[in-house]
Amino acid sequence: MINIHNVSLSYADRTVLRDVSLSLTERRIAVIGANGSGKSSFARMLNGLVLPTEGEVEIDGLNTRTHGKDIRQKVGFVFQNPDNQIVFPVVEEDLAFGMKNLGFSKEKIAQKTDEILTRYDMRDLREHPAHLLSGGQKQLLAISGVLVMEPSYIIMDEPTTLLDLRNKRRVSEAIMALEQTVILISHDLDLLHDFDRVIVFDEGRVVEDNIPSVAVPAYVKRMT
Amino acid sequence: MLDLYSPGKSFLHKMSPAPKMLVLMVAATLLFLNDSLAVTLAAMVAVLLLYPLAQLSFKQAWQQLRPLLWIFAVFFALQWWLAGLEQASYVVLRLAALILLASLVTLTTRSSDMIDTITTGLGFLKPIGVNPAKVGLAISLALRFIPVLAQVTQDVREAQKTRGLERSVIAVAMPVAIRTLKMADDISDAIESRGYRP
Repeated sequence: MINIHNVSLSYADRTVLRDVSLSLTERRIAVIGANGSGKSSFARMLNGLVLPTEGEVEIDGLNTRTHGKDIRQKVGFVFQNPDNQIVFPVVEEDLAFGMKNLGFSKEKIAQKTDEILTRYDMRDLREHPAHLLSGGQKQLLAISGVLVMEPSYIIMDEPTTLLDLRNKRRVSEAIMALEQTVILISHDLDLLHDFDRVIVFDEGRVVEDNIPSVAVPAYVKRMT
Repeated sequence: MLDLYSPGKSFLHKMSPAPKMLVLMVAATLLFLNDSLAVTLAAMVAVLLLYPLAQLSFKQAWQQLRPLLWIFAVFFALQWWLAGLEQASYVVLRLAALILLASLVTLTTRSSDMIDTITTGLGFLKPIGVNPAKVGLAISLALRFIPVLAQVTQDVREAQKTRGLERSVIAVAMPVAIRTLKMADDISDAIESRGYRP
């Protein structure tokens, strides 16, 4: 469970989150809001990349201030642009990066690499240069690189924004099939129908928190 | 040079990275110590013959040299003017042979294996404060992001071309620098997210 207690976040003289308190227990949670509403900062706080100025964030009882390393294994993060997330030049090398950091054995790395490439129908791309993959393949590789680290939660910061319709559908299906808890930051409201909960941010505050059929129309009304 | 690893099953692919990198270092030194055009030409032919032995085509060899043709042309012209035709041929052939040999190593060696070798090889520098793992990651990132930065530069050039600014160095360099810095922040977050601890 993710607990956020009275969290505020400021950069220099700019406040991006104001007194946010939430308890995240559902399997599919979406976070939406206008540009600059604080949702990306909120996402980065959930795996300890950003620490709150005030308040506390706890993941399964672990505080992000004191258990950064454990939390980053528990909470995977998928960035908007996969090009900024893939750090090794070849597909299988990039998959191995996170697992090596966690101290997995060579055998386990090989086995998990096989499993994940099979799962996303990318076995033929095992030795492929990452920069030559399509946008959708890159995003699936970025998601795979997170999944092989066996996280309990996955935060995704607008993972379909840069994709065409076909790749967006492929990545959306991959997201919905994940067994982990997913917290999705998105502008793509079509993705959210099957979600359990939608949280709307505006100027750093939570202004809606409900099921999609209630929260999404409220957000649309607020934006028009 | 951006092609990086080319999968294969040749003896060069199977060879451990350490001897290949050692041979590259020794051959590069010998090429620089040698001042005979005939020996340089023979070295160039020998390196070229290694390509088919490594299950690589001559086209792949040519692809390694093609992006650098303008540099060869500048070197050749300068050397011809300063030292004569034979010296110009010698300098350009030596550079081409070195690039082909270095490319042969990268084409037949997985970057992760090369980085592991470099990381192990630099272990002796630990006492003076050098962290070999950080050096290894820096090399990996350089290999990974050369094509990404090339694409960013291309995107910016195209965008500036539509505004008639393709000849302005500042109009291209500034957006590329800003995007690169923003990208560097995200990459740093991504590396941290994936459990990296130097």
